[in-house]
Amino acid sequence: MSIVTPPELDSDLHEPAPEPGSTKPPRTRARSRRLPYWLTLPAVAALVVGLAYPLGWQIVNSMREFGLAQQFGADAPWIWFANYTALLGDTFFWTVVVRSLVFMAATALATMTLGIVLALLMKAAPTWSRLVLQTALLLAWAMPIVAQMTVFSWLIDTRNGVLNYLLSLLPGVDMIGHNWLEEPLSFFFVASAIITWASVPFVAISVYAALTQVSDEVLEAAQLDGANARQKLIYIIMPIIRPVLIILLLLQFIWDLRVYAQIQLLQDFGPKGDDYDLLGTYIYGLGIGQGQFGLAAAAAMIVLLITLAVSGFYVRELLREDAR
Amino acid sequence: MSRTFKRSLAAVATIVVAIIWAFPVYWMINSSFLTPLTISGLTPTFVPFGGTLQNYRDVTTETPFFEALTMSMMVVAVALVVCLAFATLAALAISRFRFKGRKTFVLTVILVQMLPAEAMFIAQFQMISRLGLLNSLAGVSIIYVAMVVPFTIWMLRGFVAGVPIELEEAAMVDGCTRTQAFRRITFPLIAPGLVASGVFAFIQVWNEFALASVLLTDDEVQTLPLWLRDIAQQSNLGAPEWGQIMAGSVLVAVPVIIFFVIVQGRMAQGLVGGAVKG
Repeated sequence: MSIVTPPELDSDLHEPAPEPGSTKPPRTRARSRRLPYWLTLPAVAALVVGLAYPLGWQIVNSMREFGLAQQFGADAPWIWFANYTALLGDTFFWTVVVRSLVFMAATALATMTLGIVLALLMKAAPTWSRLVLQTALLLAWAMPIVAQMTVFSWLIDTRNGVLNYLLSLLPGVDMIGHNWLEEPLSFFFVASAIITWASVPFVAISVYAALTQVSDEVLEAAQLDGANARQKLIYIIMPIIRPVLIILLLLQFIWDLRVYAQIQLLQDFGPKGDDYDLLGTYIYGLGIGQGQFGLAAAAAMIVLLITLAVSGFYVRELLREDAR
Repeated sequence: MSRTFKRSLAAVATIVVAIIWAFPVYWMINSSFLTPLTISGLTPTFVPFGGTLQNYRDVTTETPFFEALTMSMMVVAVALVVCLAFATLAALAISRFRFKGRKTFVLTVILVQMLPAEAMFIAQFQMISRLGLLNSLAGVSIIYVAMVVPFTIWMLRGFVAGVPIELEEAAMVDGCTRTQAFRRITFPLIAPGLVASGVFAFIQVWNEFALASVLLTDDEVQTLPLWLRDIAQQSNLGAPEWGQIMAGSVLVAVPVIIFFVIVQGRMAQGLVGGAVKG
């Protein structure tokens, strides 16, 4: 969960320059120049210990043979890119990568589409009903991931789940006893649906906020020129809120690639096995499960590079927004 | 179609969507009050008339709930205090000073938030394991502080920037030192920001599952998400006790939902908008 805030990288707030001929002793000025570094020091130290050091370890050990023997003190020989070539030559690794990317794209697109539709709906609906929907969305948004997974497992429970019951009320449908998690495709569909349910609120509320920024005059002018509702949406509204949409889409890509917790929990409550793995659970299995830390580090580096590539676009968009 | 007809159509659609979205949360609460007998019936019970608190009693007494609650609260407290202190200082630095490396620092703060846990947790597990801090409060806290500090800096930065530097300067003209000016002028004005970002940090740490599952493997030291996973998993072996699992889910989710609603309101208000006028 995060909030999109345009960075004011070049905000004008800064240390007032000492006036010429200032009577301040030079010592104070020198200390004041060093002050911002002292202020950032604790945060930088926390990031170095908790992130930069592990990252360094990961880069180094992705190029060494590091298995259970090394975990218990044996030397870790340098094998350079052998871990990477082993992974890239492994068809199962590629299966998991492609599966994760497809999962990411499908979930992000579903989330964006539903989010935009709900935002337009909120714009069109009277205030009282909009507030009801916003409250419902907040409830879903606030649910902890583990609770999301337990609740949905209960909703789709094979024997007593309310979903199977409700579907079976439809004429000609009998879903009682249907296991939603057994088929890998159905397993990922359920995972994607849960993640979409949880991410739509953020998108819908952000897009709705952007929609309220579209000025009525512009829309009225378009109306006078004879534009119908569809044309107004495609030619006026969408281009105006495009920057927000791009940032939201990139954030969804980044977030839907890191779905370790959801997939792990769904496996815990349902079926286990290679067929149900995405990159997160694959790396976990490789590293913590099998103790192949070198290979797992290399796989984690590949995930990191994919994420950084998407994040690069995200930061570029943020900066471009800022420059406007 | 008339305008009013369209609007009422939109209202109906909005309410239907609201019901769909809130339903899982409602179902969690509803099921947590049902007896095992009712819940395992073949027709679902949609309203918990004649409900019971038995599930809550069972789930808190028959499982190490209070141990997990204590652990969660300790982790949250340590991570929160350290993170807020570090983030406030850093936020002051980036919004009050121009210094070499500032831009790099700000970019790092944005980028680091994108790092997925799964791209790092093997390495973090190794580090904490070699420090001998697996299954310890210190171990998770080190990782959690690094996890929440960037976002907290990012949020606080906005609040600090919202306090005009003129206020501090005026205090310093009146004879305050820089530290006094911060403590007496800026700090009270960014207090709402500290509360808001503190609540966000609280939610992130309280909910965190991936790193906790790697760093806290011992059953003795579990945070609440791990505890909830365990009770759901254990009952998976036999017939799941859905009533108890839902009661457990409610216990984990309710603090977050309450805090979340509070912060959402706070975020919407202009925070220090009225502090300086004219």
